[in-house]
Parts: sequence; C-alpha cells; structure tokens
Amino acid sequence: MNSLAAIDRVFRAERARVLATTIRVTNGDFDLAEEAVQDAFAAAVQRWPVEGTPSEPRGWLTQVARFKAIDTIRRRIKLREIVAAETDQPELSEAELVAVPDDRLRLMFTCCHPALAREAQVALTLRTLGGLTTEEIARAFLTAPTTMAQRLVRAKTKIRDARIPYEIPESSQLAERLDAVMAVIYLVFNEGYAATAGDSWLRRDLCREAIRLGRVLVELSDAPEAKGLLALMLLHDSRRDARTDTLGDIVLLEDQDRSSWDRAQIDEALPLVPLALAGVGPYALQAAIAALHAQAVRASDTDWPQIAALFGELERRQPTPIVSLNRAVAVAMWLGPQAGLPIVEGLASELGDYHLWHAARADLLRRLGRTDDARAAYRAALERVGSEPERRFLERRLATFTSVTGP
Amino acid sequence: MQYLLMIYNNEKEWESQAPEVLQQQYGEYMQLTEDLKKSGQLVAGDRLQSVTTATTVRIRDGKTQVTDGPFAETREQLGGYYLVEAANLDEATKIAARIPGARLGSIEVRPIFDYTKPR
Repeated sequence: MNSLAAIDRVFRAERARVLATTIRVTNGDFDLAEEAVQDAFAAAVQRWPVEGTPSEPRGWLTQVARFKAIDTIRRRIKLREIVAAETDQPELSEAELVAVPDDRLRLMFTCCHPALAREAQVALTLRTLGGLTTEEIARAFLTAPTTMAQRLVRAKTKIRDARIPYEIPESSQLAERLDAVMAVIYLVFNEGYAATAGDSWLRRDLCREAIRLGRVLVELSDAPEAKGLLALMLLHDSRRDARTDTLGDIVLLEDQDRSSWDRAQIDEALPLVPLALAGVGPYALQAAIAALHAQAVRASDTDWPQIAALFGELERRQPTPIVSLNRAVAVAMWLGPQAGLPIVEGLASELGDYHLWHAARADLLRRLGRTDDARAAYRAALERVGSEPERRFLERRLATFTSVTGP
Repeated sequence: MQYLLMIYNNEKEWESQAPEVLQQQYGEYMQLTEDLKKSGQLVAGDRLQSVTTATTVRIRDGKTQVTDGPFAETREQLGGYYLVEAANLDEATKIAARIPGARLGSIEVRPIFDYTKPR
C-alpha cells in the first residue's frame, strides 16, 4: 500500500518529464508516447513492490517507456529501415537518461505552437504537461467531454501530420514563442481565478496547475517575464481565501482579512519581483503592483503613488483602456477622487459598456458626495453586470450608500 | 517532408499596385525561387493565370459537366504555389513568410499526404 502511494507520488512528480522525453523518441506522436508512459507506470506498479524502487525512478520509467514506444513502433511499422535506425541507437544507461536535457520546455513550445488554435494549446498543455484528464479539462472549461476529446485529437493529429517540430524555437522566434507559452499558462490561471461559474474545486486546481507550470518555466528559462508571471500568479492566488466571504460574496481588496493571505506563497513570490523587473514586461509590472498590495499590512498602508506609477508604466507598454481605468483608480486612492474622476470619464467612449467602468465611476462620485450621480452610475453598472456575485456586490453597495446618504 | 504553399491574393488588389511595386515583387519572387533551388528545397512553383481563365469540371449522374468559373466570389483567389521540401512546419512557414504575396494576401501551408507512412 505504501509503495503504491510512493509510485503515485512519483507519477505525479515525473509524468510530464517522462512523457516529454518519450515524445522525442516517438518523433512527436503524442498518443503513442502517452500510451508508452502509461505502460511504464503500470510496469512500475507491478515490479517496484517486488523488486524495490529503483535508485533513479525517473530514469527507470523513461527507459521502460522508451522501450515500450519502440516496441509499438516496431510492431506497427512495416518500414524496416525506420526500426533499424531507431534500434541502432546505443542504449542509454539510467544515469544518462536522467542527464538528458529537460524535454518539458520543448513540450511546452510544441503544445503552444502558433499553428494550433489557442483553445487547443490550452487543452494540450493541461493534458500533456498537467496530466489532467480530458473529462477534467472539459469540466473546467464548461465544454462537453466529446468536444474536448475531438479538440485534443485534432491537435495531436496536426502535430504529427503537419510535423510541428518538437524543439526549442530558434532565437529569432524565441521571445515571441515564449510569449505564447506564458499567455497559455496565464489563461489557465485566469480561467481558474476570474471565472465564478463551474466546479470551484476544479477551478482552484487550474490555478494550482498554472502555478506549477509557471514554476517549471522559471526553472527552464531565464526570461525575466517568466519570473514575473509566476510571481503575479502566486500573489493573486495568495488572496484566494480572502476574496470571497462564506456566502460566496466578493470582498474588496481593501476589506479583505490580510491575515488569511497565503504567506508562504507571498514569500515565494516577493524575491522574484525585482528579478522580473529587470525586463520591465507587463507580467513583471503587474507582479510589482500585486507585491505592493501584499506588503501593505493594512489597506491604509498601501503605497498608492508607487502603484499609480507602475500602472502608468504598464499603460505606456500595453495601452489598453482597462489598464488606464486601473491607473485612474490608483490615482484616486493616492490624490483623491477629484484627481481620478477626469481620467475615468475620459474612458467613457471605450468602456461605456463595461460594468466595472460604471462601478469605478460610481465609487468616485460617491466619495465626492455627488449622491444622485453616484446612484445613477451604480444603476448603470447593475444594468451591465454579468456574474451573480458581482451583481450582489453592486446591489449591496447601492443599498448601503442609499441608507447612509438617503432621506 | 513536402509542403504545398498556396498563395492567395485578391487579384484586383494585386493588379492595382503601382508598376514599380509589382516590379519589385517580381524581383523578390525570382530571388526566392532561385534561393529555394540552391538550397534544394524547391520541388515546383508556378504562378497561375487569372481566375477569369478558370474552368470547373464535375461528373454528375455519370455526365461530365464543364462550366466557366469559379469567379472571384471569395475575397482571395489562388494565384500561385510553391511545392517545397522542408524538415518541419516551422521551416515551411519560414519559407512562406518570404513569399511577397504574404504581405498583401495570405499563404496556406499544407503538408503533402505521404502514402508510405503507416497510419
């Protein structure tokens, strides 16, 4: 029983690495590699309890998976020369297999290849690197398992038949391709973090998985933005327990119980931020903002001038109206609502249909004592709100504020 | 592995370019073809005549139907192709990105079916 639990632990820890190396042996055939890895773990379940756990479990598993894959190729393929070429390769010792360069990065680049649709990239990454089942991925993205299975099959077939390379991109493309990998990881994270629908346990799992992939990326790449992305995810996720109350209602950052923030995650993230800022990329800047929140013991300690400056920098590099709205809110926190309001109102044409624009405007009007305008703005926000928790939040805001300033 | 790089352009847009721009693009096509020949990647490559010269053949109920067209109903039409030898998709898309037609229209990259490969 104990050894089975140990094998399970090895499985979780090593599956992606073993799979990544096996895919190299199968020349990019994902299905064949997955089958071989499954077989290798089945062999481990049979043999390790009897023969004892090998000194290099990963090397053992990689070796067995490699043999299983070659075996299948041999059985499947009639072309003798391909088999000959494969079997002519000198056998690697377990130590040599452990020393094989990490293939997981290669696998990430293949899964996130631009020739695959973004949703296929996400599904494939979770399936092959995360080890999630097709059913789990389908549930997390609220799609039918058959749809998700088709999406995965189509992606794997394209990799094999169009020969999407299984390699680290050349340096001229590396930055762009790394961006795609990070976008996929961040998308997985946000799917778990931002959405309020669906299976909440699974959603938390998506965040954990994205963070795990983020750690792997930091381990394998020295790009500052990889560190920024990991820090950003760790910091946001550190507030997961404080973000909603027991009824599932939204608790604003300023009202959150900061003692329930995950300290271990914050401590892991903070040292990454200055390293990430060497690149001044969007993930690094957002991580730096999140770090300033994490470092404020009380909400009133928040370094708003610094946060406003960071949003300003982000706005210069990634000029979107949402970033501008965030900067406006930070400016209002720093210099007062009268300083933030003109920036917010300047975004009317771009964000007029966005409920949070109305909510932010309502809040500033409320703080300026412009009661009627504020009330109208909250109503405008309520007309456009999508999710239930957000609706309840806005209704509560409108009600509290009406009772305080009302007749 | 062979890939067919299909060059889709809007014929009218293509023809309405300034003569010196067209001249420059011809030069780029010649250069690309020459480079692909030298690197051994060129299998074939041609420019097609205008879509107004197209004829469609169908067999329906055992009868051969030959009709004029298809006409330029879609925004972009197949205007030419390269058939190239490339190690993988990245190598093929890199060649595709050098085709002048990619700047105005688009290049569809399709791997050639390999009958010798077991499936």
